[in-house]
Amino acid sequence: MFGVANKLRAAGVLGLNERNAEFIMRLNPRRLYPRVDDKAITKELALQAGMAVPDLYGVIHHQGEVRRFREIVANYESFVVKPAQGSGGDGILVVTGRSQRKRDSFRLSSGMLMSEAEIEHHLSNIVGGQYSLSGHPDKALIEYCVRFDPTFAEVSYQGVPDIRVIVYQGYPAMAMVRLPTRVSDGKANLHQGAVGAGVCMSTGETLTGVLDNDVVDEHPDTGALISGLLIPQWDFILESAARGYDVTGLGYLGVDMVIDRYKGPLILEMNARPGLNIQIANCTGLACRIRRIDEIFDADATPEERVRICRREFPAERQTSMSFDL
Amino acid sequence: MKQNYVFALALLLAAVGMSVFVYKWRVLGFPLTDNQETPVWTIESAISFDSGPGSIKVNLLIPTLTPGFRKLNENPISRGYGFSLNYGSGGREAQWAVRRADGPQTIYYRISVYEDSQADQSDTTPPFPPPPVINEPFKTAVDVLVNDVREQSADTESFTSELLRRMNDPSPGPNLELLLSDVSNDSDFVEVATTMLAAARIPARKVHGFPLSGRQRRAQPVTWLEVHDGDRWRYFDPATGEESIPERFLIWWRGNESLVSVEGGSNVEVDFAVQRNHVDAIAIARTHAGQDSTPLIDLSLYSLPIRTQAVYGVLLMIPIGALIMVLMRNFIGVDAFGTFMPVLIALAFRETKLFWGVVLFTLLVALGLSIRFLLERLRLLLVPRLSAVLIVVVLLMLVISLMSHKLGMETGLSVALFPMVIIAMTIERMSVVWEERGPTDALRGASGSLLVAIAAYIGMGLTWLEHLIFTFPELLLLILALVVVAGRYTGYRLLELSRFKALTGD
Repeated sequence: MFGVANKLRAAGVLGLNERNAEFIMRLNPRRLYPRVDDKAITKELALQAGMAVPDLYGVIHHQGEVRRFREIVANYESFVVKPAQGSGGDGILVVTGRSQRKRDSFRLSSGMLMSEAEIEHHLSNIVGGQYSLSGHPDKALIEYCVRFDPTFAEVSYQGVPDIRVIVYQGYPAMAMVRLPTRVSDGKANLHQGAVGAGVCMSTGETLTGVLDNDVVDEHPDTGALISGLLIPQWDFILESAARGYDVTGLGYLGVDMVIDRYKGPLILEMNARPGLNIQIANCTGLACRIRRIDEIFDADATPEERVRICRREFPAERQTSMSFDL
Repeated sequence: MKQNYVFALALLLAAVGMSVFVYKWRVLGFPLTDNQETPVWTIESAISFDSGPGSIKVNLLIPTLTPGFRKLNENPISRGYGFSLNYGSGGREAQWAVRRADGPQTIYYRISVYEDSQADQSDTTPPFPPPPVINEPFKTAVDVLVNDVREQSADTESFTSELLRRMNDPSPGPNLELLLSDVSNDSDFVEVATTMLAAARIPARKVHGFPLSGRQRRAQPVTWLEVHDGDRWRYFDPATGEESIPERFLIWWRGNESLVSVEGGSNVEVDFAVQRNHVDAIAIARTHAGQDSTPLIDLSLYSLPIRTQAVYGVLLMIPIGALIMVLMRNFIGVDAFGTFMPVLIALAFRETKLFWGVVLFTLLVALGLSIRFLLERLRLLLVPRLSAVLIVVVLLMLVISLMSHKLGMETGLSVALFPMVIIAMTIERMSVVWEERGPTDALRGASGSLLVAIAAYIGMGLTWLEHLIFTFPELLLLILALVVVAGRYTGYRLLELSRFKALTGD
């Protein structure tokens, strides 16, 4: 038991307790949390900083406004409904189109049909606080539905694959691509069954994936090889992530991005408590990269400089074709 | 740096907790385990007499300084007498008085004591006694004897021993025979000894007491000789001259005064009865601390009304549950719904016992969950829906109680003790997880909660621990210290070891 712990420590693997005590509590002051916990605020801050985000169609603040839903989406075929303070992707509804026969029926990314009344009930639940972190009343955001880039078409089952970058003190430390599966119901959250694939920070090339803490080479639904895909506009993605630090002030930050076919990389949300599965996806411990960043930290470095340093410092330690004994 | 503060704080908390604990345990004698009982001796003196025509005043010498014993309580029992306590030359005196009484009277004085070798009550160092005024021919006899004995002894101790040895000699010689000619009992014998010791300028006094053993109906006071060697009082057996004291010797009164005096009464008789019984060691510790007027006793839970004590008996175990919660979450990494929900469930298990607790909890949550899924179809808003779930939970509890009562299973009745609001929230949370993340996550969370609840139940159900915490609530500071230190534990959780196994590099 202690042998395993020692090996993990030697490999620089970050545990939950250490993440909470050493990084989140030390680097993420509570008063900054609303900037990332409330997606409406995040969006506003990102826009002010000139970062690309999905367009906001409308916000439903309270129960009385749920009626406005119809007019908000009147001009859009597809959109996303999400709670402003949701956690872990809960409560997100991706509407990809409308039913041909009934104008007030919506088709979800999973292929299911949902009536307007059902969506309105969902909005009520969001506003009532069912999905919010603290159970407090919440807002519902209705925004642009990303039409994702074909890069990951082969390795996603419905839903939108996204890119998670861990930013430590403004330096992008580690990244992964989260690929939805049938089990994850089109959602890109690892604990819901999505596949996470590590990314080489230098090249933006995907490595092997991880599914439920196990390393996988192929997507479970499509069977396509996960590794070796080159993420477009990698530099821009890392820069946007690095800029997330300047916008939020959070020293330990997870930035979630998607690549839109037409608009390029967009910031979806940011997270003050990013999970640790990214280490498994990359087969690398976060703690050693964090130590390296502490060594080279320069408070005056611009986001571009920080990205350049990280691309130089953190190439993939393992080759994509490597296999693991489990 | 922060680490140091945390450890310093934890150390401080632990030190305070431990020192209060050790003080109460070692000095005040609070028992570590529940079943520690100390033998307590109750000595009752009954004074019976025939009342005369006028007012009656009864004086009884009662124990003042009792080396080796501590007083638990004492009470005078009489009918219609006024009672007062005075300090006389021989120590404390109990005084009863009544204007008028008819027929034979009995007055009781009862004292309860327990052994305590530490009971070192301070006694005054007496002045050198004045030479006794003795008439001839006794004076010459005393002088000769004192000179003889002094020549054959080195100090107070050997003087006393030698004197008593000579007095007990079957053929004591003409001088001693003269002195002992009037002696009819032990008390007189010791009195002669004290006179001679006084002639040698050695402070000495007669002590009367009872060697306590078992139950005695008519205990006879035993007279012993107490001699001060300039430093402390020493006890000598008048029959042998050895320095000794009878086992469990309770000194009742000292000096030459008579034990009891009754003004206005006749045919006075005093009887002593001794009884041994066991009293909870806590009661003794309380009295003990009360006599020393320690403020700590005021913080003891035993000073609360019994009903409140029962509540605190349970409440004080919650920190234990919280500690177990911390261990399960931060060191093992078990998933559970709600931070303290498992602890509250564990509290309910105390009443239902484990097996039925688990059965009832599972039943309640399963039924509540299925009804919650039915409610989902009605598309209720959040707060009304939560309230509906709560009401359903209450109704389910009622139904379970009624059913089990009908079936003759009384354990089912205790379902009412489950924290219904907490259960309603758990059901709600579980249903959301079920929908959002699938049944696997929901069931894992539920079984994790149950696992923690069972662990907390076991931890909180340890009787010795419950007694320990209840008697020494300051140990909670120790638990607080542990929790504070655990709050800075940044190592891996047990379940993370398998989660990150792929990263070990093997």
